[in-house]
Amino acid sequence: MRPPFAVRLAAPIMALCLWSGPSHAGPPSGPHDQLTIGLSSFPSQFHPDSDPEAVKSYLEGFALRPVTAFDVGWHNTCLMCTTLPVLDTDDVRIEERPPGLPGMAITWHLRPDLKWGDGAPVTARDIAFTAMVGRDPKSGFANTRSWGKVESVEVIDDQTAVLHLDEVSSTYDQLDTLLPEHLEGQIYAKAGGPGEYLRQSLYNTAPTTPGLWNGPYLPIQIRDGNTVVLEPNPYWAGEPPHLKRIVLRAVENTAALLATLQAGDVDMTPGEGMGLSVDQALTLARTQPNRFDYVFKPALTYDHIDLQLDNPILSDVRMRRALLLAIDRKAMVDRMFDGKFVIADSWVSPLKPEHSDQVAHYAFDPQASRALLAEMGWKPGSDGICVNEEGQRLSIPFAVTAGNKMRELLQQVIQSEWKQVCVESVIHNELPRALFGETLKQRSFQGAVLYSWLFNVTGSPRQIMGSDQIPSEENNYSGTNYAGWRNDTIDQDIKVVETELDAQLRQTAWDEMQHIYAEELPALPLFFRVEVHAIPKWLHGLVPTGHNDYAVLWSEQWRGE
Amino acid sequence: MRRFILRRLGQTLLVLLVMSFVIYGLIGLMPGDPLDVMIASNPGASPEVVARLRVIYGLDQPLMLRYAHWLLAALQGDLGFSRTHSQPVLVVLAPALWTTCKLMLISFVVSVILALGLGIVSALRPGGWLDSLISLAAFAGISVPVFWLALMMILVFAVELHWLPASGRETVGDGSLLDVVRHLIMPVATLALANTGGFTRFVRASMIETLRMDHIRTARAKGNGEGRVVLIHALRNAMIPVLTVMALSFGTLFSGALLTETMFAQPGMGKMIYDAILSNDFNLALVGLLFATLITLLSNLAADLAYAWLDPRIKL
Repeated sequence: MRPPFAVRLAAPIMALCLWSGPSHAGPPSGPHDQLTIGLSSFPSQFHPDSDPEAVKSYLEGFALRPVTAFDVGWHNTCLMCTTLPVLDTDDVRIEERPPGLPGMAITWHLRPDLKWGDGAPVTARDIAFTAMVGRDPKSGFANTRSWGKVESVEVIDDQTAVLHLDEVSSTYDQLDTLLPEHLEGQIYAKAGGPGEYLRQSLYNTAPTTPGLWNGPYLPIQIRDGNTVVLEPNPYWAGEPPHLKRIVLRAVENTAALLATLQAGDVDMTPGEGMGLSVDQALTLARTQPNRFDYVFKPALTYDHIDLQLDNPILSDVRMRRALLLAIDRKAMVDRMFDGKFVIADSWVSPLKPEHSDQVAHYAFDPQASRALLAEMGWKPGSDGICVNEEGQRLSIPFAVTAGNKMRELLQQVIQSEWKQVCVESVIHNELPRALFGETLKQRSFQGAVLYSWLFNVTGSPRQIMGSDQIPSEENNYSGTNYAGWRNDTIDQDIKVVETELDAQLRQTAWDEMQHIYAEELPALPLFFRVEVHAIPKWLHGLVPTGHNDYAVLWSEQWRGE
Repeated sequence: MRRFILRRLGQTLLVLLVMSFVIYGLIGLMPGDPLDVMIASNPGASPEVVARLRVIYGLDQPLMLRYAHWLLAALQGDLGFSRTHSQPVLVVLAPALWTTCKLMLISFVVSVILALGLGIVSALRPGGWLDSLISLAAFAGISVPVFWLALMMILVFAVELHWLPASGRETVGDGSLLDVVRHLIMPVATLALANTGGFTRFVRASMIETLRMDHIRTARAKGNGEGRVVLIHALRNAMIPVLTVMALSFGTLFSGALLTETMFAQPGMGKMIYDAILSNDFNLALVGLLFATLITLLSNLAADLAYAWLDPRIKL
C-alpha cells in the first residue's frame, strides 16, 4: 500500500527546506571567548547617518568609533583625536563669515595610528568627505548632529583638519563618526538623484566590507535579519579586544527574549531600551538574583505628561500644578519600579551637569491640589467630579500609546489619583503611529498625553520647548513642542545654551529655564527611568554609561574570566 | 486545462493590480508618514531636515501620483526601494521569503500528515474513546493562542529541559544539518499544532460523510481490505472539500506567522510586513502584501487543479 501523496511529497520538500548556506564562523577558542547579546530590536539598515535608531548605534559602537564621545563619567573625551579642541587656544577660533556674522574655526587632530578595517589609514580627508556628504541636502541624512553646521573643511595634513562652522556653537568640541572616503567617495560621486547615495552606500549593500569600520571589532556576518557576528579588527591600534567573538541576536518579543536569556541561548541583555522591559528585568532580578550581575543605571529617558495648553482648562498654571500635586510619584516609583526610578522636577536629569535643584518641587499633596481647584472655582459635584459655576465638568482626555503595558498601568494609577481630587480623566489611547503620527503632530489632542523623551548628554531643549517648534502648517508640522508652550525668556535662554561659549553664562540660562519650567509646568514631569542590564557573572569590564554613548564604545575592555 | 490555467493566471494579474491600488491607498490613509517615526526617535531633527527628507522620499507628492510612479516602474520590473532598509524591495524580501517558505512548507506538510492520520482514525470510530480524545486535542489546538504555545514550548524544552535552542536559525559557528533541524523543531511544531486541530476536524467530518457513501459499500462488498477502502477509495473523495480549506489556510500561513517568527527569532514575511506597515514603508508593505495575495491565489489555483486530479469527473 502506497502512503498518501502528502507523505510522499514530504521528504523532498523538507530536505530542500532544511538546506542552508554554510556558516562562515568557526567555533571560538575558549569557553568565555564568545559573548552573545540578546536585543529586542534589529537595525533596518547600517549607514551611521541614516535613520537614527538606538539599536544601530549600539551595534555599530563595536565597530565604528565617533571622534569624540561622553565616557562613563559623562566627560567629553577623544576616541579618535589626540586632544579635544579647547577655547582660547589656536584650535578654537571665532571668525567672521561673509554675511558679517560670527562663525568658528575648529582644528581637529586625529590619532596617527588609526586604520580602517582594510588597513587604509583614517585621515583628515575622511573628515572632509563626511562633512561634504553630511551637509549635502540630497544625501538623505537624518543625523545632522555634527555635520549640519559645518560650512567647509580645510585639510591641513593627513591628521589635521580645520572645520569652519556657520555659527558659534557651544558643542564645537563634539564630532561624530567618520565615513571612509576611500570606499564611499566614489559611490557618493556617482550617486545622482536625491537619496541615491544612501541606496548605493556599501553600508547598505555590503555592510560586512571591512574598510567601512574602524573600531576594535568588525562585523563578519549579518544574517537572517536578526544576527550580527563580530570578530576582532586586525588593524585596530588600541587595546586589543579580549573577546574573540561577539554575537548580537535580536529576539523581538521581550517575553521570548527573557526565556532565551534564561535558557542560556544569549548571555546578556543590555539596558538602553534594547533589552528586557523594566518590569521583566526587575522580576528577573528578584527571582534569580544570583544568576546575573544586575546593573541599575539611571538614564536620560524622561517620562512626562504633555498638556494641551490651548485648552482653556489647562492653560491656567494653577490647574497644571493641581494635577501634579495630585500624583503620588514616590509611591509609583517605590511600588512599581522598586524605588529605582528618579522623580523628575523638570526635563533635566539630576545626572546632567546642567541640572539645577533650585526649582519648585511638587510632593504629593492632594489637599493642596483640592485647594488650588477650589481657588479656580471648581467644586465637587454630586458624583465627586468637579464642576465650575457654568456647570462645566472638569474632565480631561488622557492618552498613552496603546499596548504599552507600563504606560497603561501608570495611566490607570494617575486616573485614580486625579479622581480623588475631583478631576475626571477619560482614557483615549491610540496606537503609536496614530498618537505620534497624527494626534501629537497635528496637536489635535485636547487633554493630556503620557510619553517619554530620550535626551543626549548635551544639546539644547529647542525641539521640545522652542516657540518656533510648535507644530503648525507653517513649519510643515515638523516641531515637537506639542504642548504649544511659548515663553520669550525660554527662547532667549535656548539661544544662549546653543551659542554662548562662556560656561557660566550657559549654566545661568540652564538654571533659569529649569526654574521657569518647574513654575509654569508646560508638561507634568514624572520621572527618569533606570535601565537594567543583566550581565553574565563571567564578564568583566562592561560599565554602562547611562547615556546614548553606549558602553560598547569601550568594548575592547570587556573580558571573560 | 491549459485555457483554464491561462484564464486563472490572467484573473490573478487583475486581482494583483486591483489589490496594489487598494493596499497603497489604505496604507496612505493611515495616520502619519514615514518620517514621523524618524522624528519621534530624534528630537534633534530640525524642520529643515524633515522637509528635505520629505522631498527626497517623494512624500511631498500626492498619494495617487506616488502610486502611479510606483506602478509604472513596477510594470518595467522595478518594484522600488524600501525606505527603511535603503535597499531594493526584492533584496529585502528575499531572505524573509525564504525563511517563511521554509517554516510554512515544513509546518504545512507536518500538519497535513498529522491531520490526515488523526482525522482518518477519528472518522473510523466516530463517538469512540479515540475519536473523543482526538477531538479534544484538536479543539485544544484550535483554541490555544500561538503566542502562549510558543512561550510554553520555549520554557519547557529550552529553559527547563535544555533539549532545544530557544530561538534563532542556527548556532553561530555550527550550522550543521542537525543544528538547523534542532532550531526548526519548536517553530515548526508551534505552527503545525496550531493548524493541525482545524485540519483534523475537516478531515474527520469529510471522511465520515464519504465512508457512508454507496461506492464505499461497493468497494467493501468487492472484498477490498479496510486499509485500501479507507486510504484509496474514501480518502481521495474526502480530500476535495478539505483541499479548499487547506488552500485558503496556506495564504494565511504565509503572512500570518508573525507571532511564531517573532517568538523564535526567525524573521520572515509576517514580521516584515508588520514592520513595514508600522514604519510606513509603502513599497515594502505593498510588495509583501502582494506576495501574500499571490500565494493565496496560486494555492487556490493549485487546489482547483488537485480537484481534477482527485476526481477525474471534475471538468476545469
